[in-house]
Amino acid sequence: MLMELVPALARWLHFLAGIMWVGLLYYFNFVQIPALKAATADGTAAGITRHIAPRALLYFRWSAIVTWLAGAALLGAQFVPAFTLAKGYAGIGIGAWLGTIMLFNVWAIIWPNQQKILGMKPASDDEKNKARRVALLASRFNLMLSLPLLYFMAGGLTHRAAFGL
Amino acid sequence: MVCKGATMNPFDSLWGTIVAGVILTAVLAVAVRSFLN
Repeated sequence: MLMELVPALARWLHFLAGIMWVGLLYYFNFVQIPALKAATADGTAAGITRHIAPRALLYFRWSAIVTWLAGAALLGAQFVPAFTLAKGYAGIGIGAWLGTIMLFNVWAIIWPNQQKILGMKPASDDEKNKARRVALLASRFNLMLSLPLLYFMAGGLTHRAAFGL
Repeated sequence: MVCKGATMNPFDSLWGTIVAGVILTAVLAVAVRSFLN
């Protein structure tokens, strides 16, 4: 019973947290970044930077961790074969690597730069401008990676025909 | 748009990023199908 329950709960949690993570990534790229440009132009950007962005980033970075941990639990004994791209595991392995790179980007690049942009860490105007550029490029990089990520996550272990197995 | 002497970065545009993602998906899918499995 427990042997069946753990993967079922891990898959459920992986989907829930993954939807929140990638959903917020799409929110940032498709909604907030263009809206912030318009809001800066008419002097209403503070509403976004003070009240919306910090909350969105909170759920964004922690849902990334939960997604990765639930994914690792779901892989279970297949964790090493997936990450070493062993025969039959390349599809899900590529998906797992893409998710891992995206998680690294969130915590090592996007979040530290967003802290400077939002005034949570001291930064000069020059440093803030540089942080804006780096955070934008890292966010867009993750948006790009999310396309193959979802392709391989959706088909990695189930749609074997798509991977020539 | 003509861009003289400058390299276009696909990440500067939302749709450039999406196109890059679609191309990357195709490349990885072919790689997995042909070489890795």
